[in-house]
Amino acid sequence: MRAFTKHRGLVGPMDRVNVDTDMIIPKQFLKSIKRSGFGVNLFDELRYLDEGEPGQDCSNRPLNMNFALNQPRYAGASILLARKNFGCGSSREHAPWALDDFGFRVIIAPSFADIFYNNCFKNGLLPVILTEDEVEFLFKELYETNGFSLSVDLLQSEVVMESEQKFNFHIDEFSRDCLIKGLDEIGLTLQNSGEIKRYELKRASMHPWIFGEIE
Amino acid sequence: MVSKTLYDKLWDSHLVVERDDGSALLYIDRHILHEVTSPQAFEGLRVSGRKPWRLDTNIATPDHNISTDRAEREAGVQGISDQISRIQVQTLDDNCDLFGIKEFKMNEMGQGIVHVMGPELGVTMPGMTVVCGDSHTATHGALGCLAHGIGTSEVEHVLATQCLVATKMKNLRVTVDGELGFGVTPKDVVLAIIGKIGTAGGSGYAIEFAGSAFASMSIEGRMTVCNMAIEAGSRVGLMGVDDKTIDYIKGRQFAPKAALWEQAKAYWKTLVSDSDAPFDSEVRIHADTIAPQVSWGTSPEMVSPVSENIPLISNQTTSEQKQTLRRALDYMGLHEGQSISSILIDRVFIGSCTNSRIEDMRAAAAIAKGRKKAESVKQVLVVPGSQMVKSQAEAEGLHEVFLNAGMEWREPGCSMCLAMNSDKLGAGEHCASTSNRNFEGRQGIGGRTHLMSPAMAAAAAVSGHIIDVRELLSGVG
Ligand code: SF4
Repeated sequence: MRAFTKHRGLVGPMDRVNVDTDMIIPKQFLKSIKRSGFGVNLFDELRYLDEGEPGQDCSNRPLNMNFALNQPRYAGASILLARKNFGCGSSREHAPWALDDFGFRVIIAPSFADIFYNNCFKNGLLPVILTEDEVEFLFKELYETNGFSLSVDLLQSEVVMESEQKFNFHIDEFSRDCLIKGLDEIGLTLQNSGEIKRYELKRASMHPWIFGEIE
Repeated sequence: MVSKTLYDKLWDSHLVVERDDGSALLYIDRHILHEVTSPQAFEGLRVSGRKPWRLDTNIATPDHNISTDRAEREAGVQGISDQISRIQVQTLDDNCDLFGIKEFKMNEMGQGIVHVMGPELGVTMPGMTVVCGDSHTATHGALGCLAHGIGTSEVEHVLATQCLVATKMKNLRVTVDGELGFGVTPKDVVLAIIGKIGTAGGSGYAIEFAGSAFASMSIEGRMTVCNMAIEAGSRVGLMGVDDKTIDYIKGRQFAPKAALWEQAKAYWKTLVSDSDAPFDSEVRIHADTIAPQVSWGTSPEMVSPVSENIPLISNQTTSEQKQTLRRALDYMGLHEGQSISSILIDRVFIGSCTNSRIEDMRAAAAIAKGRKKAESVKQVLVVPGSQMVKSQAEAEGLHEVFLNAGMEWREPGCSMCLAMNSDKLGAGEHCASTSNRNFEGRQGIGGRTHLMSPAMAAAAAVSGHIIDVRELLSGVG
């Protein structure tokens, strides 16, 4: 997994609550058997005026200029500022894949849906939870400042504005550690192979019907 | 001994390793795979040269993007007209063959929507941990197991290690006591709960549904309720085991037999929350306050009793709420204060892992019987959740009822729940749907979804607009 320690970048807005994963990457793109290439279809239904098809060349599609991220001032944004319950709905990991492929490294919101939140860490994407007031404040600054950028420091667990104003955030230790070191979680779990086998033996003697029915 | 909730018991009995940082390795008993969220996980295994930890725990079936059209299905995988879908279904077949995973292939008896097929085959049983790369996995919690959706990286993790890295959730109990009113179904109960606690109300919690309303529900009904826990923000929804649970599992294909059955049964009976177990949060609703529900907006919490009107923007407290409501009504092409029953319906979808079990088919057929689809309704899709539901329904003659009413009887799959195949809404079309999500574009770009029960959807189909099904049941209207 790609490591994350510190990132500085331009901020883009996604100014609505309950942004669901269908909105982040619509279902027709889920037919891919690959992990990459979803960035051009991120927020497809909001971003383009026509209907998107998988595998299509998106460079000539008509853009919806009312969609904030299409505005030139946000071009190249790598930090997404969002509202509460971001990433709700379907468990599709294609959502973080699309955000990542588009170029986002950090998403800041007052709250995230659980499965999406988990999925971000597996892909080196950092979900940062700030309070509703802090997010509101950042939205205001973002709209008022051209080229609004932030620094996000995972080592210090803080978001820093150019004015040096800081906001602290919390992330559970395990996820934080994996992200900082870019650890392979499966490899890490397999270090506990002994414990897993011991558990299985014990369980098989207690609940034998769980084992060996589906061959 | 410390009192425990059912969730605590399930968590404790699957704990392999507890780490200092609060995370844990949880052992996974059952892993269900489908064509959409598994290919990248298998690819990951191949790239890293890993093998599945255990084979007998995994079971796969294609459901999400296969066609529900009889002719196309009969042509087999090679006959799937959408080339990208064909590759995806073929990839699932190939991966299962290669790694040795049991798969119920597209047209085999046993195939079905992951959350319909698991319980009906006895693949999911009480006391298990069950995961699947689909957020509605909580459905299986109706059988007293710890079940939740996972992402593709976690699918790969479970395949390779039989464990999941997890942190413990908090306990929320939603109690519904009393008897459900005439014409009120499990779907109405869960929609009313979501309407009350909101789409993020269960976030961070495992929800246990308790109370006499659930005790008197069938297992199918309980699955409908647990299915939508995720729509209240919770990955996990569950219910304690009782005699009904045990009777449901008895005799199913993969259920334990003879001495093992007795042993399993004794253990399963312990799978209830202790009477004095502490919950972090409690919600109580009385059953007789629940009427048939309909969603009118773009989030499952935007739901009302069918007899009511769409809320007024001026009645919303914060400007954010006002903006959210305005945006939803704009998308839905509805106006504030409009009566729910005035909403005209273009298409009807009866299916999905929420409501495609045999009793859902029966409930819809009871309304369709002797009636005709309204002229103005373009299409009514009735999609059984599995091959087994389909053959049972056909044995009971339900398909004839639907066909006689001018409705379409399809092959099992997810269909218009997520519209990955050709079953979808056109822009601006209103759909009476028994599925679980009314997000923008969920059932087709620009499509407008109204969530409701199978009986309510069938009533909308024969009326051409949303209608209180009780009017048809009592013969008034
Ligand atoms: S029916 Fe819908 S919600 Fe259920 S598994 Fe299929 S796509 Fe997911």
